[in-house]
Amino acid sequence: MTDENKGTPIVSLKNINFAYPGDEDTPPVPVLHDLSLDVHEGEFVAVLGHNGSGKSTLAKLICMVLSPDSGSVIVQGKDLCGDEITEKDIYAARRDIGLVFQNPDNQLVATIVEEDVAFGCENLGIPSKEIRIRVDEALAAVGMSDYARSTVYKLSGGQKQRVAIAGALAMKRRLIVFDESTAMLDPSGRREVMKAVERLNKEDGVTVIFITHYMNEAAMADRVVVMDRGRIVMDGSPRDVFTNVSELREIGLDVPQTTELLYMLKCDGYDVSLDAITVDECTNELKRLTGKFELNG
Amino acid sequence: MSILEVRGVSFSYKGSAAGKCALKDIDLSFQDNMITGLIGHTGSGKSTLVQMFNGLLKPDSGQILLDGKDIWSDEVKIRDVRFRVGLVMQYPEYQLFAETVEADIAYGPGNMGMSDDEISDAVIKSAGFVNLDPSQLKKSPFDLSGGQKRRAALAGVIAMGPEILVLDEPAAGLDPAGRREILGKIKEYQRASGTTVIIVSHSMEDMAMYCDRVAVLAQGRLMFEGTTPEVFSRYDELVRVGLDVPEITRLAARLDEEGIGIGRDVYTVKYAYEKFTEFLKESKGGGKNE
Repeated sequence: MTDENKGTPIVSLKNINFAYPGDEDTPPVPVLHDLSLDVHEGEFVAVLGHNGSGKSTLAKLICMVLSPDSGSVIVQGKDLCGDEITEKDIYAARRDIGLVFQNPDNQLVATIVEEDVAFGCENLGIPSKEIRIRVDEALAAVGMSDYARSTVYKLSGGQKQRVAIAGALAMKRRLIVFDESTAMLDPSGRREVMKAVERLNKEDGVTVIFITHYMNEAAMADRVVVMDRGRIVMDGSPRDVFTNVSELREIGLDVPQTTELLYMLKCDGYDVSLDAITVDECTNELKRLTGKFELNG
Repeated sequence: MSILEVRGVSFSYKGSAAGKCALKDIDLSFQDNMITGLIGHTGSGKSTLVQMFNGLLKPDSGQILLDGKDIWSDEVKIRDVRFRVGLVMQYPEYQLFAETVEADIAYGPGNMGMSDDEISDAVIKSAGFVNLDPSQLKKSPFDLSGGQKRRAALAGVIAMGPEILVLDEPAAGLDPAGRREILGKIKEYQRASGTTVIIVSHSMEDMAMYCDRVAVLAQGRLMFEGTTPEVFSRYDELVRVGLDVPEITRLAARLDEEGIGIGRDVYTVKYAYEKFTEFLKESKGGGKNE
């Protein structure tokens, strides 16, 4: 699909430059350089990059927690860096965007699960009857209905993250940015969160920007954006991006283990394609390779 | 004899519901001079167990044996245990506090009563081990990058020369290169010093790469312990308790189902590659683009 027939992007970053101010006697620290990125409604975009590559800064700019030194952040067609923009416009734009952080203990405010999910809606002044419906729907969507009356602190990390996601869903966010939201979870917690993220993207049509260090999570996205030192250096389908094994390694990243194995075989001269990014695809590719043997032999 | 042994240890937190144990009758001997990984779902008791090793928590019943001696017996001073067993907590960079990196690393050795010469020697050696540049020693720890802070905190524990080094999620929050760097450093340190190392982590891929042995906890009990390939070949059991195996191990299991038997105990990509190319050679012929 070309950009023209996708319509207006839900978020568009245009030629962003950003630096964190330095201390008294140190110069500002540049983080993003002339960065442009369009994300369309319904997309599931994974963002990869080494520590310090600017991923979290990017997330904060999209949510307008930070504003760029130059360039524009355009949300649903509205340039939020324009001269005429008021604080009210920024609040309005923010209403459609949610942010889920890394640490499950840093973002839940209430003591009871359903009260936490309702918190954002209450702030928006939504009638309580409506809130009730939204909270129930949101908890169902992340598979946490059974825990509605549970105490937040007794939940596991994965459950807490799903409550945070439910909070964003109840507010009917159209775009949710996940800033390494699985980094502190155990494998089953990560699976739970990824399942919830896939569901809200595929079934509820919520646009997802998913920052992660886990290559197998990025492989689940429709599109992978790779950052290096404040710039976007790759942007494409997971298949396309992960075939660049040596380039990714050079900037301190990895590829899924399946791709790595295929890459080692390819370097040996075996005729394999690198775009098998799941265990099943890789199995088929290796089957094809061994099958070919039998034919040749 | 193994230097660190857990014998029949049970523990529950005060105020928790009756019968709700954090640890239930754990028996585990850690092999000397090796890296043992400790894995388990959230709430499985990993962090509780590692806090037993240096006496931060005391078992309700059972014993923690250091060199065959119960650390809570009268003949052992718990303060000495804390010097002999170094514990690096999760996100240790949040615990940096001194004015300079040097002073921070020197804090533990100072408490141990080392002489000034010994301390400065320990600081330089341990900083070197974790790849901290001497020029960074005079800086405030708060001026370091995240990865550098993590390494400075690790140096502070290594400087005490513990016989047992316990690390809770040492690579959490780091990118792949940062993970490789810190875990590589830990392995290098272990191999050079002969220290017994215990690593707690949720990353099965990292555990597979760096650990000699793996112990699995579930619901406060020890499920099993063994060499890394032994443990990861028990895929079904691990998944049942909310864990996982490395992606490459899952691939090996799938290949096995398809009649491409490279063994289910494959746990690193390099090993998978060796086994697979062997398989290809055995089934003779080409396949390569000549």
